[in-house]
Amino acid sequence: MAGMQFPRDELFAPGHRGCAGCGAAIVARLALKAAGKNTIAANATGCLEVMTTPYPETAWRVPWIHVGFENAAAVASGIEGAVAALKRKRQKYGSEKVNVIAFGGDGGTADIGFQALSGAMERGHDMVYIMYDNEAYMNTGAQRSGSTPFMASTTTSPAGSHIRGENRPKKDMPMIMAAHGIPYIATASISYPEDFMNKVKKACEIDGPAFIQIMQPCTTGWGYPAENTIEIGRLAVETGLWPLFEIENGEFKLNYRPLKRKSIDEYLKMQKRYRHLTPADISKIQEAIDLKCQEYGL
Amino acid sequence: MCEIKVITGTSAAAEAAKLADVDVIAAYPITPQTTCVEKLAEFVSNGELDAEYIKVESEHSAMSACIGSSAAGARTFTATSSQGLALMHEVLFSAAGMRVPIVMMNANRALSSPINIWNDQQDSLAERDSGWIQIYAEDNQEVLDSVIQAFKIAENENVLLPVMVNLDGFILTHTVEPVTLPKQENVLEFIGTYEPKHAYLDPKKPITQGALGDPNYYMETKYAIEMAMKNAEKVIVDVHDEFKEKFKRGYGNGLIECYNLEKAETVIVAMGSICGTIKDVIDAKKKEGKEIGLLKIRCFRPLPIEMIKDALKNAKNIAVLDKSISLGMNKGIVYVDVVSSLKNKKTVNYIVGLGGRDITFEDILEIYTDVETSEDGKTIWLGLKE
Ligand SMILES: Cc1ncc(C[n+]2csc(CCOP(=O)(O)OP(=O)(O)O)c2C)c(N)n1
Ligand code: SF4
Repeated sequence: MAGMQFPRDELFAPGHRGCAGCGAAIVARLALKAAGKNTIAANATGCLEVMTTPYPETAWRVPWIHVGFENAAAVASGIEGAVAALKRKRQKYGSEKVNVIAFGGDGGTADIGFQALSGAMERGHDMVYIMYDNEAYMNTGAQRSGSTPFMASTTTSPAGSHIRGENRPKKDMPMIMAAHGIPYIATASISYPEDFMNKVKKACEIDGPAFIQIMQPCTTGWGYPAENTIEIGRLAVETGLWPLFEIENGEFKLNYRPLKRKSIDEYLKMQKRYRHLTPADISKIQEAIDLKCQEYGL
Repeated sequence: MCEIKVITGTSAAAEAAKLADVDVIAAYPITPQTTCVEKLAEFVSNGELDAEYIKVESEHSAMSACIGSSAAGARTFTATSSQGLALMHEVLFSAAGMRVPIVMMNANRALSSPINIWNDQQDSLAERDSGWIQIYAEDNQEVLDSVIQAFKIAENENVLLPVMVNLDGFILTHTVEPVTLPKQENVLEFIGTYEPKHAYLDPKKPITQGALGDPNYYMETKYAIEMAMKNAEKVIVDVHDEFKEKFKRGYGNGLIECYNLEKAETVIVAMGSICGTIKDVIDAKKKEGKEIGLLKIRCFRPLPIEMIKDALKNAKNIAVLDKSISLGMNKGIVYVDVVSSLKNKKTVNYIVGLGGRDITFEDILEIYTDVETSEDGKTIWLGLKE
């Protein structure tokens, strides 16, 4: 990925209403840079949608549509179908490939939108689904989702005297998508922008469905100062908590191997959602990461 | 120049979608609609219809995909019924709000629970306020003609609203009748092509569709739909006139149909296939020298209330038949809507045929007699068992 040229065009305009330091805005900006102008975006309800399109403003310089919380993948299916039909029947949309990209938060993807996503992937639509994962329902005030990590405190999995935050591990979306047998699956992080953009580019070029899950630190929901977004994102990768990989036509490939995996302490200590953790809790989390890293060969 | 086929109502809807050369179909099966989407799948599979057929995993996704497809400029069709329509509920409002001219066939069927696959009109009437134009067909020919007209109505620049064409489950969906199929070239000439200017997801001219509308803007969008509904009244009449001129068939004025209303003091107001039986009763009574009438509502949204008032001006006893019930009010939905605009008229509400209970010739006769003596404002559940 070295030497990649970052396109100068900004298809995601500055001046959106996201919190300072919001990782979701970075996801959209990088994704559009990589995909280019000939793109149609469908967006699930959530932070990204709300912060970018308060009428009469919009941050999107590509055609963009929002319908509901759970149906970005289904809406994108319809768009993809329409583009195919109209190209064939009425020479619309030109001869160039039109990228259809769906954006969904972790809630809109792993929970309420899961059925529509599974259907769209299984049907083999030529689309890219980008799950921007801030590990909770942020737009409605940081409630837990199926993608909330073990022991994170959210407003519906609050750390109390009896329960230590979220009691279940994070849903493994990449592997669930892999089970759909789609041609391209990847994880990404906003702190590794070249890697993410390469993946978006590849996902657009591939024929058929592609799924990218990108971890996106959220200042408000995770509880850290705005300037730490990139650093926290990087720590998630450097600790092995969030490995960067691709599964291309069934073949697994690790994209980044930290020289020496960092311990998870610092990552956890930087965020309010983990401030209730005891040293014993932290060891438990570390053990789980170590186990997973063994699986991934990290 | 035409072809006559003996087909079911679901086939009539499928044939109409094919004649309209739809670009995208996204649909999910449900009894008694299923044979419609099967037929369309067959057309696509045999190369008789060049369309993308999206085999979605639910009705919610069917409607969502239709919104995406219509917004991307494709002529889009779907079909559903009952629980399927209910599952679409959330996105029906989105479709209307986003002004995408989707056409949908709905096979009217009762809603659970108890589970019941037979006909009543509760499903579509429960979606009355979603911003969809609603047309109710009396027979299979009207199903075919209404679906064709629906595209022209929906895609009209002054309307741009989705249209739902309703047909009674089993009574029409599964009954074969001779249906005249026009030639496709004539249909396409009649409908024209869908050239969206308002909601077209074109990378060359990017627009944002479905933005957040805060309190400063939301009300205006709803008002705009109301105005489009107003415009639709005229467009539906015009489209119907033009259709009649071209294909030599018509259904009243497109919005309502008056049957023997001139002289009748006793009138039934009804929608859908039951109108056929009512017409038979009226004809039989005419032979005996008794003049009774029918006001068939073909278009329930927009509801042509001024026309209805005018059509009922001579009526003394008005029976409103409802295959629906607004629970907690003990009134049918059609009754509530029609009567809210009628003043100084005697109206009686008959709740009939829920969950597919038969409504016979004799039942209609009984209603005509009963309404003359019943008191104003009464609700009668016809044929309710003890
Ligand atoms: C059917 C439905 N249920 C609930 C909501 C309320 N709602 C809107 S956004 C949201 C959470 C979004 O979370 P996520 O997908 O993780 O995206 P984020 O806000 O974190 O970007 C919820 C619960 C809704 N809009 N629609
Ligand atoms: S709550 Fe989080 S995801 Fe939402 S706008 Fe703020 S920082 Fe971004």
